[in-house]
Amino acid sequence: MTDATRGMVEPQAVGRPLERLLSGPRPSFDEANELVRKRYAREARFRMMGLGAIIVAMSLLGLLLLSVATQGYRAFWQTYITLDIALPQEEIDPEGTGGPDVIGRANFQGLINDTLYAMFPDVEDRREKKALRGLVSSGAALDLRDRVMADPSLIGSDHAFALVASDDIDQLVKGVIDRNVAESERRVKDHELAWMDVLEADGRVETRFNTILFTHGDSREPELAGIWGAVVGSFYMMLVTLFLAVPIGVASATYLEEFAPKTRLTDFIEVNINNLAAVPSIVFGLLGLAVFLQVFHLPRSAPLVGGLTLTLMTLPTVVVATRAALRSVPPSIREAALGMGASKVQAVAHHVLPLALPGILTGSIIGMAQALGETAPLLMIGMVAFIVDIPATPLDPATALPVQIYLWADSPERAFTERTAAAIMVLLAFLILMNALAVFLRRRFERKW
Amino acid sequence: MILVVVIVFLALVGYGLGRSRAKAAAGNDLASLHSRPGYHGWHVFLLGAGPAVALVLLWLIVDPLVLRWSVENSLPPEILEQPPEMLDFFIQDVARVADGKLPHGGMTPALESSAAYYGWLDSISTVLRYVIGLLVAVYGLHVGLGHISLDFRARNRVEAWIRAALLAMAAISIVTTAGIVFSVLFESLRFFEKVPVADFLFGLEWSPQTALRADQVGSSGSFGAVPLFAGTLLITLIAMAVAGPIGMLSAMYLAEYASSGFRAIAKPTLEILAGVPTVVYGFFAALTVAPFIRGVGESVGLGVSSESALAAGLVMGIMIIPFVSSLADDAISAVPHALRDASLGLGATRAETIAQVIVPAALPGIVAGFLLAISRAIGETMIVVMAAGLAANLTGNPLEAVTTVTVQIVTLLVGDQEFDSAKTLAAFALGLVLFVATLLLNIIALHVMQTYREKYD
Repeated sequence: MTDATRGMVEPQAVGRPLERLLSGPRPSFDEANELVRKRYAREARFRMMGLGAIIVAMSLLGLLLLSVATQGYRAFWQTYITLDIALPQEEIDPEGTGGPDVIGRANFQGLINDTLYAMFPDVEDRREKKALRGLVSSGAALDLRDRVMADPSLIGSDHAFALVASDDIDQLVKGVIDRNVAESERRVKDHELAWMDVLEADGRVETRFNTILFTHGDSREPELAGIWGAVVGSFYMMLVTLFLAVPIGVASATYLEEFAPKTRLTDFIEVNINNLAAVPSIVFGLLGLAVFLQVFHLPRSAPLVGGLTLTLMTLPTVVVATRAALRSVPPSIREAALGMGASKVQAVAHHVLPLALPGILTGSIIGMAQALGETAPLLMIGMVAFIVDIPATPLDPATALPVQIYLWADSPERAFTERTAAAIMVLLAFLILMNALAVFLRRRFERKW
Repeated sequence: MILVVVIVFLALVGYGLGRSRAKAAAGNDLASLHSRPGYHGWHVFLLGAGPAVALVLLWLIVDPLVLRWSVENSLPPEILEQPPEMLDFFIQDVARVADGKLPHGGMTPALESSAAYYGWLDSISTVLRYVIGLLVAVYGLHVGLGHISLDFRARNRVEAWIRAALLAMAAISIVTTAGIVFSVLFESLRFFEKVPVADFLFGLEWSPQTALRADQVGSSGSFGAVPLFAGTLLITLIAMAVAGPIGMLSAMYLAEYASSGFRAIAKPTLEILAGVPTVVYGFFAALTVAPFIRGVGESVGLGVSSESALAAGLVMGIMIIPFVSSLADDAISAVPHALRDASLGLGATRAETIAQVIVPAALPGIVAGFLLAISRAIGETMIVVMAAGLAANLTGNPLEAVTTVTVQIVTLLVGDQEFDSAKTLAAFALGLVLFVATLLLNIIALHVMQTYREKYD
């Protein structure tokens, strides 16, 4: 640009004020002032653009968090319908044994249904009866059974039980389903609205804190689905990653930084670690699938395999962080130790590593946080299965929190969307906690030499 | 497992013995020992536990292979002549029956006799493993204890072990890389036996549905990956169009204008964008951005598909802003102050200094940052899986659904699959392309940084 413009005859045709000044005839005082004003205007514009870019980026972050929060906060509450359920002795436990196997076989769904039919005696139509039964969740009967089994003295009289409402009713009570929409486009029909109005007038509808979300595994019914199974799966994976990635990473970094002679081998290792850090995470998933599942025949969907895969992925992060921490320990420490007659290993183990520990911990926690949020490689090794049970060991099939988010985000039910956002909030809370811990460690223990 | 615990326990006893013997050898004058007693103890421990544990672990890995080989050799020919999958299945059942579980298939006399043979071999192997493992451990301890004397250099020996262990840990990164290369490469080669390389790289048609039976309609899937490459490219372009300007302008502002207080807040905030899990961006793209774009498109009369390249690209752009901005920031900050001061001293404004002095000087770093951001965008999976769609359209229209390499890897491999079909192998071939592409970008970025960096010192 500069070379091209210098040769031009007409100085006015040149775009940039600075170049016009340099290449044209000497301007008059006013002209020069005008040029300076334009240049400063440009300067201010550029500055505003920079500030604007940062503001845009920050507001995008805000928008992201806001959209998650507004979609998800409702999921922390769940609608319950209180019903006075008769628990007749002859239907639940005719012999009065009180044994859990006898009570367990009783038809609690029937009891709930009878209660609802009795409250709305004018419901005759079979389809309407089905809708009436559908006000409470299909999981309510199991819940009722468990409560009666826990306290058999309830049998024989009427008691008020708060039962989990079905997902559509829940959405209605929370105002997500709009009553004013035409009936044909509404998931909750007019007669259901009428029943709910009666129940609400009776004071039988309430929203409580959603404990199910935090204590249950996955479910096909949104109102019964929880993240606990995924949290436990993620926990096992993090355990495996912690016990493998951190020791191996710290050992590799210590070797490379403190002991390694400059050989082809160590150069090769260095290049390798840098390249591994740039490999897309999904490729690590392919590795996990081909090596851990196909060659070693480890169980599919197991947190152990997920942890191993995430270990390989996290290693470069831990190595890089540890090397930086070791490098920040001044050489005088090593020289002093060596000068006092310590061996190289002793100098490193007794002096350098303890001083580098805060940095190592910070880097490890950040690496673990990355691993916790990772989804793609887990899809490759079969952790996307629909798993209801809470995994008891790292070898049981399980899913992980980010994968659960992915699975729920795919579900069409409106109630799952809000649970997805709630699960995201839980995941983000864990990540914020881990990063805050890392920042705290750095602030508290980092030494400036 | 129990065996390993027993061996380690024995070795710990050896540690105690070694320590006390070394102390005893020194008598009252501890300084007469070359190494402190603990090192003697650890040396005994390592000689006891090291070889024995290594042997047991090796045994556990080799054992199933040897067992299988000997059972196969004992099988009658009519079973051996089955197809390999059936043979695998049979051998698995043999192991199950020998383990006392029910077989997946039916019980046959051949199965029963093989299982008995397998069980017999297995018990022999277990007994041998225990005996040999313990013998090696005890022998190691014996040798170790025998070494103890005043001038035995136990510390040097232990430190040599530590160094070797550290080197072994460092070498795991090589094993990982080798693992990636071989697993992806071998499966890809098997894929290229079924589908020619040229068809894969230059074919315009991607429909990996292979039929279950040979006589079904459309039984031959086609594996032309060009639509995937085009889709990946389109989304990456959109992402860079978002992240490039925003990232660059932010970096310039942060490095040149911002007060240190503002910088201390803004920089970590921007970096939060890189710390948010990608599945969260996927959710944001699929449930907030895509419907919004669709709504805007409809209001101006444009047909936007519900899974558009635009939504995925925009959100991916948000994700990679911090990659661009922090690398550009580093590059800009590395430009020496003398250049900046000279330009300002000549009367140039800050904007002019940035545009004509600082950016040209920092260009290699900035270019490298862009390349790394592109490689990040190419390899990104969750956003595109959740927001970009599955249909392999060869289109440049960002309002339509496109698919990417990563999306197809996920779709091909999620769910039940047999490992030999062209469909699953195709995923590995795509993985190979992805690996090579990101590796190349990475190498080029490093090269640019090292070759074109101006040296100012």
